[in-house]
Amino acid sequence: MADITKTTSADALGLDAQAEMLKTERRANNVWNKLKRNKTAMIGLVIVVVMVFIAVFAPVLAPYDPNEIHPLDAFLKPFSEGHIFGTDQFGRDLLSRVIYGARVSLIVAAGGTLVGGVIGVLLGLIAGFMGGIVDSVIMRIMDGFLSFPFVLLSIILMTVLGQGLINVIIAIGIGNIPSFARVVRGEVHIVKNEEYCNACRVIGVSNTRLLFTHILPNAISPIIVYATLNVASAIISEAALSFLGLGIAAPTASWGSILREGKSSLTTAPFVATISGAFILITVLGFNLFGDGIRDVLDPKMKQ
Amino acid sequence: MLKTILKRILQSIPTLLIVITITFVLTRMIPGNPARTILGPQASAQDIAEMEIKLGLNKSKLEQYADYMIGILHGDFGTSYVYNRPVTSLIAERIPNTLVITLTSLVIAIFIGVGIGVLSAIKQYSILDYIFMILALVGVSMPIFWLGLMLVNLFSVQLGWLPALGMGSMSKGIGDVISHMVLPCFCLATIPTATFARITRSSMLEVIHSDSIKALRARGIKESSIIWKHALKNALPPIVTVLGLQLASAFTGAILTESIFSWPGMGTMIVSAIDNRDYMLIQGTVLFIAVVFVVVNLLVDVVYMIINPRVSYDSKGGN
Repeated sequence: MADITKTTSADALGLDAQAEMLKTERRANNVWNKLKRNKTAMIGLVIVVVMVFIAVFAPVLAPYDPNEIHPLDAFLKPFSEGHIFGTDQFGRDLLSRVIYGARVSLIVAAGGTLVGGVIGVLLGLIAGFMGGIVDSVIMRIMDGFLSFPFVLLSIILMTVLGQGLINVIIAIGIGNIPSFARVVRGEVHIVKNEEYCNACRVIGVSNTRLLFTHILPNAISPIIVYATLNVASAIISEAALSFLGLGIAAPTASWGSILREGKSSLTTAPFVATISGAFILITVLGFNLFGDGIRDVLDPKMKQ
Repeated sequence: MLKTILKRILQSIPTLLIVITITFVLTRMIPGNPARTILGPQASAQDIAEMEIKLGLNKSKLEQYADYMIGILHGDFGTSYVYNRPVTSLIAERIPNTLVITLTSLVIAIFIGVGIGVLSAIKQYSILDYIFMILALVGVSMPIFWLGLMLVNLFSVQLGWLPALGMGSMSKGIGDVISHMVLPCFCLATIPTATFARITRSSMLEVIHSDSIKALRARGIKESSIIWKHALKNALPPIVTVLGLQLASAFTGAILTESIFSWPGMGTMIVSAIDNRDYMLIQGTVLFIAVVFVVVNLLVDVVYMIINPRVSYDSKGGN
């Protein structure tokens, strides 16, 4: 008898879990199916995947060491023997530098978005949930940061921090915090007075638990959308900082630092700037297309 | 109405105070001693100490902050170490140059962008619409510093049609000035044009399919008048919001564009101030731009309230 109850309940549990799995799968399928029908989003996704692939497998894909100097082979034109994209002023293989540059540029963009995202989401959750004076103080400070043009803020932060990979990530991350906080705060405001939140309060769910297991998941769509589109602007920011000589220090290749070198050799070897910038444009375009696509699927309200 | 506008103005005061504080804290965090930077590497310890007293750097951070705040309230943004001139006079000298290219490019962007957006909306899903929207998407994704280099390479280096650097001078005639402006303005106008085109299209599409427009059609009003007069007017609010954002980010664009074209504006001034560790100048210009940013946002909100009175700012609280 005891055995039977045990198995039935286990069965029931299994079924429940299965139903739960089916439900989440169906939801994912739904999002994915909608996304699949969106041609431009798929083009964006393909670009993003290709760039991430290039970045991850840079050591395998790059034909040369990106920092290997061959003074005699300086400024070889594209399609020269062994150098599809040609070489720069030190005779370094441009293709290899662009491939390794993808790594640095994407790490910075993703890292900056992550840093800004995590801190911004936390601040936004706290501000939106607590309300009152805490909300005012946090949001006023965020407004203050938002009053600085993004590039200007990152320029100052880079002057404070000094050049380097981690510092660029921190600078871009700090610049990203306020907008994430704003997005999340707005969502929390909408969600926190919903019926199910009140129900949670009634049955005595703790605030932390309510915030992270009930409110945050319901505010996740705009965060995902915003983060994807943000990676695009973070790539531009990194490139802009490195272009101004404040971002990634030489000789490390990032798309922005290659572009900076391309600027000085624009008259003799315009292809250096052309190629590195084209990679920036295509990648940013990819993230924008993909971001627009998931926005349409996940959060149609946000569509302007 | 007046009350909401006043309230919005009062709301921007704490933001301004925070902006001033952030600027102060960040510039104090820039590594290196300004006194040493001014006097050069050979300066004796005594000279440096004297210079620090002169600059007020020997005081406590709190006193420095108070001095700085009082100065700003008196319109004193400090003195540039490198130029040995008040920051305000340097800004006054450079700001017209920056305004010339930012405003020109914004005006161009509004006309072309809104025009493209309206055309795309009335010809939705046509080939024209697709071409415009693909161009607009490329436009918003454009790294403008790269675009600047490509324009210089094509029009100055390869074709030799346009000058690449500097501002030109009135003494050589208006043609010289305009020819120097073409490339920087093209560069600066790219992102705003694309953004206006996108926002106008979506805003127009929403309006065109509304009942009020159908009613106008039913009354037999001329289609062109419906589109350009009635529909566009109703589609304006989001365009105004974007205008404010673009006006503010035009300054960011100007920093990059100016440094490509050696345009003698605020952007090149900031970049060289950072190179020279000219703290007061960095602090002053950064603060100036941030204040402009806050004021522009305020104006945009006020204009927005006037053209779209349905918006209530009371319920939004912290926004």
